[in-house]
Amino acid sequence: MTIETTYLRHDRPLWRRLLLRPEAILIAAILLIVVLSILGIPNYLRPNPGYTISTLLLNAAPILILLLPLTLIIATGEIDISVGSTLGLSSASFGLMFASGIPLPLAAILSVLIGGMVGAFNGFLVTVVGLPSLAVTIGTLALVRGIAVGMLGTTSVTSFPSDLTSFVRSTVPGTPVPWLIVVFAALAIVFGVLLHFTAFGRGVFAIGLSTETATFSGVNVGRTKFVLFVLSGLTAALVGVMFTLQYSNAIGSNGSGFELRAITAIVLGGVSIWGGTGTLLGAVVGGLFIATVNKSLQILGIGDDAIYVITGSALIISVVVGSIASVISTRRRATTSTA
Amino acid sequence: MTIRQIKGVATAAPRAPRQTVLSWIFQARELSLIVVIVGLITVTTLTQPQYLFSEGGLRDLLRTPTLYIALAVGQAIVMITRNIDLSMGSILGLTAYFCGNLFHEAPFLPIPVVILLTLVFGAVLGSVNGFLVAFLKVPALVITLGTLYAYRGISVLWIGGNFIRPEWVPTEFKQFALANVFGVSNLLIVALIVVLIAGWFMTSRRTGRDLYAIGSNPDAAVLYGLRTKWLTLIPFVISGTLAGLAGVVYVSIYATGDSKVGLGFELQAVAAAVVGGVAVSGGVGRIWGVALGAFFLATLTTALPVLSIPSLWQQAIVGVLIVGAITLDRVFFLIRQNQARKELSA
Repeated sequence: MTIETTYLRHDRPLWRRLLLRPEAILIAAILLIVVLSILGIPNYLRPNPGYTISTLLLNAAPILILLLPLTLIIATGEIDISVGSTLGLSSASFGLMFASGIPLPLAAILSVLIGGMVGAFNGFLVTVVGLPSLAVTIGTLALVRGIAVGMLGTTSVTSFPSDLTSFVRSTVPGTPVPWLIVVFAALAIVFGVLLHFTAFGRGVFAIGLSTETATFSGVNVGRTKFVLFVLSGLTAALVGVMFTLQYSNAIGSNGSGFELRAITAIVLGGVSIWGGTGTLLGAVVGGLFIATVNKSLQILGIGDDAIYVITGSALIISVVVGSIASVISTRRRATTSTA
Repeated sequence: MTIRQIKGVATAAPRAPRQTVLSWIFQARELSLIVVIVGLITVTTLTQPQYLFSEGGLRDLLRTPTLYIALAVGQAIVMITRNIDLSMGSILGLTAYFCGNLFHEAPFLPIPVVILLTLVFGAVLGSVNGFLVAFLKVPALVITLGTLYAYRGISVLWIGGNFIRPEWVPTEFKQFALANVFGVSNLLIVALIVVLIAGWFMTSRRTGRDLYAIGSNPDAAVLYGLRTKWLTLIPFVISGTLAGLAGVVYVSIYATGDSKVGLGFELQAVAAAVVGGVAVSGGVGRIWGVALGAFFLATLTTALPVLSIPSLWQQAIVGVLIVGAITLDRVFFLIRQNQARKELSA
């Protein structure tokens, strides 16, 4: 079977194989949307193209950072739908600590650590207690959001130093690239190397393909998953701190629905929801695709609610297309192997 | 019960005489829930007597649970087949406005027809989930997370700043929700009928047993020759219909509602189901346990403000209940497994 699969894969020339990858299709789709928007939406490039690019990237940054560890978790066949709530808890605790006089850097570090604790809690329940990650993170989705909303109530903290908040929103001098995207790029390199160039990353894919095989091949399944959940919690909390400064607003509802956007981006990018296959690049391109669509819709004056309908439908369509594609390729393989 | 034994201690056929207190509590889930509910009502009533001893108090205590029971029973049936339906809150919101709007736009329609149309609408919304999960083999979590936002977005686009106005809703319909038969609220009777039918379906009908079978071992169910695709679809249609029923109940109780109706209710439904004894790994759970879980959650919701806990903390409590219930179930399961192993080796 393996030999035949390899043979089939290399049956087509390299350029066709590259062109049919989800990443390539998504990049083409992004370019198409940008071209259509430039032609069809009069205000798209106003006041200048740099502004459009920098606002698009700035809005995309939280989701892009959020999806990095989540991609690794999905690659192991697990899921973490509590990331949006962890973001909210980090935002709320950051705001409260800052408002109570704790120095801002210390408040930021403590908030990130709180996120790490949420991740460790998820990881403990999944790996030590042995519960399905779906059920665990549905529980922490409610619990952590509930704590965030309960702590801050209907109030919000907005008194962050304005030079810092404007720095978080600013771009690298001379380019339309926001500083947040620099942070994202650094983290993306770390997670990309971790997933694609280390034994740990090969273990991640191995777990996604078959937990038993991974165990027998010497992968420490429990430790790997635990580390990933902690990384996910830490990252979500880091995004929470940056998001709070970006919008200069700490409220308990920050980041609600972000788990949907992140998971949509990852699945769109060709990462299998069953685990085992996919690339970090694909997930990131998926995130950029969603950001590009959102930007065009925003400029067209279409509100957040329509964007939710579109994101939700995009998630469903992308998994459905992936599922149909895998059914077709299985059938094709079956016919070739019988022939 | 049978299923639970098969899953837990299939090999320990003679019941072990030295049962621990923990495993007794585990088996007596329903009993402990009743104790907790009675305790909660007692404590709350001692804090504020009007909670129970007033006309409105008792009425609310007995009719609000219907909303939760309808949702929780639907969620439980889906979870028993090892799936999940996260879109129930959004379906509740859409169907509630559908129902209210139908009263407004088609006042000539008899009330039962409006109710029936709303239930059908809920069933259609649920079958979209079911079809995608069953026939395209896509994880239920992903599909229903997608429809959670898609359906909510549709209702926001449709309703906008509008809301169901009390004068749209026929007086007879509102009266029905207020009235009672021999002191038992009409709506509670509706809930009891739902629980009885669902319980009978799940325990005594072939299809119901098959649902437990595909939940406890999907691969074995295929080998056994069960039509797993239809059996995966059916629970989603049921949960959609029951979310539609919850929408009707919502309109009858509150006679108003905007585009935010039902926000987060999917989590309450999951909480009620796992507190009521449904296993997240599928194949385990009794409908009347789930109904008690839902009753508990509804009581808790009304009791919190009386016990001077701000309702803002409600979601956190829902989270604690979900995490607590699934963790306890798992721990009890591990303890029982250990016991069974020891008995085998002894």
